[in-house]
Amino acid sequence: MKPAAFDYIAPKTVEEVISLLTTHEDEAKILAGGQSLMPIMNFRLGRPGLLIDINGLDELDYIKQQDDHLLIGGLTRERTVERSPLVRDLCPLLSQAISFVGHTAIRNRGTVGGSLVHADPSGEIPTAFCALDGRVKAVGPDGERWIDPGEFFLTFLTTSLEPTELLVEVKVPVLPQGTGWSFMELSRRVGDFAIIGVATLLFMNGDGTCREARIALGGVAPTPFRAEEAEEVLAGQAIGEELISRAGELAGEAADAEDDYHASAEYRQEMAKIMVSRSLRQALARTGKGN
Amino acid sequence: MPDPEARRWVGKRYKRKEDLRLLIGEGKFVDDIQLPKMKHAAIIRSPYPHALIKNIDTTQAEKLPGVRGILTGQDVKEMSKPFPCGVPIPPKYYSCAVDKVRYVGEPVAVVVADSRYIAEDALDLIQVDYEPLPVVMDIEEAAEPDAPVLHDNIGSNIYSHRLMQYGEPAKAFEEADLLVKGKFLFPKYGSTPIETYAVVASYNPVNQEFVIYNNYQGPFVNHSLVALALGIPENKMRWIVPTDIGGGFGTKTGVFPYIALIALASKKTGMTVKWIEDRREHLLASATGTDRVTYMEAAVKRDGTILALKDKAMDNTGGYIRAPEPGCAYRSTGNHTGAYQIRHLDREVMVVGTNKCLTSPNRGYTCQELYFSVERLVDMVAAQLGMDPAEIRFKNFIQPDQFPYTTATGGIYDAGNYQKAFQKALDIVDYPKWRQEQEKARQQGRYIGIGIATIVDPSVTNIAYVTTALTPEQRAKGHPKSGSGESMTIKMDPLGQVHVIACTNPQGQGHETVISQIVADELGIDPDGITVSNVVDTHDRVYTITTGSYSSRFASVGTNALVNATRKLKDKLFKIAAHLLEVSPDELVLENQKFHVKDQPEKSIAVRHVAGTAHWHQTALPEGMDVGLFASSLITMPTSKPPDELDRVDSSNTYGFCCEVIVVEIDPETCEIKFHKWASMHDSGTVLNPMILEGQVMGSITHGLGGALYEEFAYDENGQCLTASFQDYLCPTSMEVPDIDIGHVETPSPFTALGSKGAGEASCESVPVAVANAIADALAPLGVVINELPLTPSKIWHLIKEAKAKQA
Repeated sequence: MKPAAFDYIAPKTVEEVISLLTTHEDEAKILAGGQSLMPIMNFRLGRPGLLIDINGLDELDYIKQQDDHLLIGGLTRERTVERSPLVRDLCPLLSQAISFVGHTAIRNRGTVGGSLVHADPSGEIPTAFCALDGRVKAVGPDGERWIDPGEFFLTFLTTSLEPTELLVEVKVPVLPQGTGWSFMELSRRVGDFAIIGVATLLFMNGDGTCREARIALGGVAPTPFRAEEAEEVLAGQAIGEELISRAGELAGEAADAEDDYHASAEYRQEMAKIMVSRSLRQALARTGKGN
Repeated sequence: MPDPEARRWVGKRYKRKEDLRLLIGEGKFVDDIQLPKMKHAAIIRSPYPHALIKNIDTTQAEKLPGVRGILTGQDVKEMSKPFPCGVPIPPKYYSCAVDKVRYVGEPVAVVVADSRYIAEDALDLIQVDYEPLPVVMDIEEAAEPDAPVLHDNIGSNIYSHRLMQYGEPAKAFEEADLLVKGKFLFPKYGSTPIETYAVVASYNPVNQEFVIYNNYQGPFVNHSLVALALGIPENKMRWIVPTDIGGGFGTKTGVFPYIALIALASKKTGMTVKWIEDRREHLLASATGTDRVTYMEAAVKRDGTILALKDKAMDNTGGYIRAPEPGCAYRSTGNHTGAYQIRHLDREVMVVGTNKCLTSPNRGYTCQELYFSVERLVDMVAAQLGMDPAEIRFKNFIQPDQFPYTTATGGIYDAGNYQKAFQKALDIVDYPKWRQEQEKARQQGRYIGIGIATIVDPSVTNIAYVTTALTPEQRAKGHPKSGSGESMTIKMDPLGQVHVIACTNPQGQGHETVISQIVADELGIDPDGITVSNVVDTHDRVYTITTGSYSSRFASVGTNALVNATRKLKDKLFKIAAHLLEVSPDELVLENQKFHVKDQPEKSIAVRHVAGTAHWHQTALPEGMDVGLFASSLITMPTSKPPDELDRVDSSNTYGFCCEVIVVEIDPETCEIKFHKWASMHDSGTVLNPMILEGQVMGSITHGLGGALYEEFAYDENGQCLTASFQDYLCPTSMEVPDIDIGHVETPSPFTALGSKGAGEASCESVPVAVANAIADALAPLGVVINELPLTPSKIWHLIKEAKAKQA
């Protein structure tokens, strides 16, 4: 289990990285936390000719608040985000989602940007990112652009990032006081890939009705996705058990799960309904109490 | 036997001597071996489950700088012979595929290069042309006459097949009030030790001798078999196993073909060659336990007495069969009826081949498979009779006054009090309370279940059991086998310190520690000062065909040999001391490391002076006595006899008891399993070190939990393994293990010097079926049939759905 031969370079600035990507394009791969890339290379499932190690790019390691958003540097470790008081206070859904990523040792190395770019359909960070309707900032030879989740995730392990682009920043909203939130997951063991992961948000009106609901599912389609019909059922409503069940049903129908060794497609579809309902109940219980 | 009250160290939580070196990274494993000019091997493996090898082109790979040579199946065929195996017609099993591959991951060629990186690069350059053949993956299909045949020399996929009768099963089945039967599917699962297989081989053309470092679990049996395969005298092949092995569990016995393969690579290339198996290789192609299909039927009286069992068990050893198989089908012969007084038995056993990875013993060797059917069936019998599953077990248990108890199949159970241990487990759980809770929960639509398994854990395999694979007539024509010997040597140096030389080759069991405790008690000295060397070196150690650590044999025969050797040494010390003090040995007392004459404490001599005399003043010894202070013992278990003409055999030599009582609740929506309460009760005779025992029991429980809920080497219908990485082959971690009350009852074995017997495998045999019984009990009102493992939430969800559809 040794990787095929590759060249290695450790640039110090984003400009250098872009310049290298522009020269080498598909031949090059970015090494951030390496928690997925290194196994892929050791299994020789991936054979990049050049590894661009961005671990020296300190400029991409930060968490800061800017108005009603949190900005997270692409290289920020998952564990750092998970433990950040700022993130816990202002966007607890993200902290909670990250706590389900593998194990502590993995989160110590894995990066938020790396997880998004890897685009595993059952990934917790991609699922939460969908629910939060976050943005990623990509920098390429032609400058920078912002990409939203709907455009970013294309299919299994594939994003709309160009080979010459680097993900430099992730932007997620600060959740208003009183927003209900929940991240839940079913997995074979603690830390395993999710059979299904569900992120829900309930933005509330002053009268206790739901202004906007967000429901994102991971692990039950080629990409994480938002269950829009289920969200619409809840919007503007005083949420009760009946609506929650209805939303669960609709979310389950929106899933497009596949069989694998660990769980049948049918089980995953059914779990989509159940986990969405459970997650909505938890989110609802958290509404109005502040974060 | 010394008075247990007098034991100062045995039975105490004495800290493991091994831990410091392991914790600070100073263990000595095969991968720590660095030899001059050592090169590295990588193995190209078959991507096909069944295919002809049409051609292997190594030209490009040979040109890669750093490549020192390539060994192919053709070389292996020319340089060695197939491994012998104890079945009537063994397949031609070489260390590398020759002409044909029979499972995904089978070795096809070996590259030797300056580094493992270069060796793996070279694998990419080797062109192998395969012609795929039809595959057979299902056990029962493999036994069909029209199945694709793996081995032409056998002509079918049946490696071993026997019919055996004990007592009068036909009569018992006629007398029965009720017959209860089931079909049970046990999965292919394994052990995944932290350290994978490892071999460093060096061939010396000057004396035609191989020196091979490896992490095999003993020299037992396979040292001889590898010598036969290599066509060399056994004394021309020196095996050295370093002090530390990172887990064995039976899986490490499967390293032997790689010992031969890397030895041949060394001989062909003229290099010293190191090969460290990587995790993918290990999961894909090392060794697993057998998967088994069992049909089992019980003949029962209305009062719950089980009169007889009739069963057909089909084991799958994969693409080939290799030693110690066909042990899978025969190793549990003596304890086939478990903890019960069942006197009649009709057995059919079959060992078949499919296009799956090969097998080895896996902790509890075949008892997981056996008890999965026996203990599931006992629950089914209870359900049919409307009896409580605990009550039916009490009804059928062997009684405490019946020991030593000879089973219908020839096992001689040494000691036990199953009632006492089982009752203790039921009390810990508060069984009646949970039965009430279960009733309440059912009314609320919740699924609570209580699972029980009460099993007999055999330890110290009798080498003879495997010959039950042959008929009595076939056995009569061959050379009989029997025994389960182990060796120990103890010496006292000229300054009076003690060193023990063992050859038990532990894989984490803490023998160094326990040896020190036992010797300290026997000689009345401090265990801290005792040193132990425990490496295998077939040239420098005294051993026999059964030597090693497998089938939990240290606590029984290992301690017997140790105590025997120590007492020989002690006897010699007494004789020398008596001679020097001019009294007879029986007038002496050994106290505080001094010998003194009874009632005359002033007439004394220190042990170290006795030792000094034996080495420094040799002519002062009693006439005719050997100089120095050494004693060895190489003894077997006297019950280790060959099978008789009725196929009865004491297949192991000591038999512990273990039971689980487990309360689970199944989430009705997600079908996830939660454990409310779990008692695990053990009787492994005298406890030697409670701390080490706890660790082994916990490991065994966890391993069993893996088989119950998580672990399986799963294949698709095309023969590809679906679980060849730790992303898919799921071993339970500390996060998955609930709180468990572990307890012990000590019924000392009359067959061992200290009353101790094996302990580290028991729960691995009882937990898979106990968890299955708990799940079956929880879902009983739905009519769900539980007869397979691992029970994943997805699988349980489908079973419930199907049962509900049937009920509707």
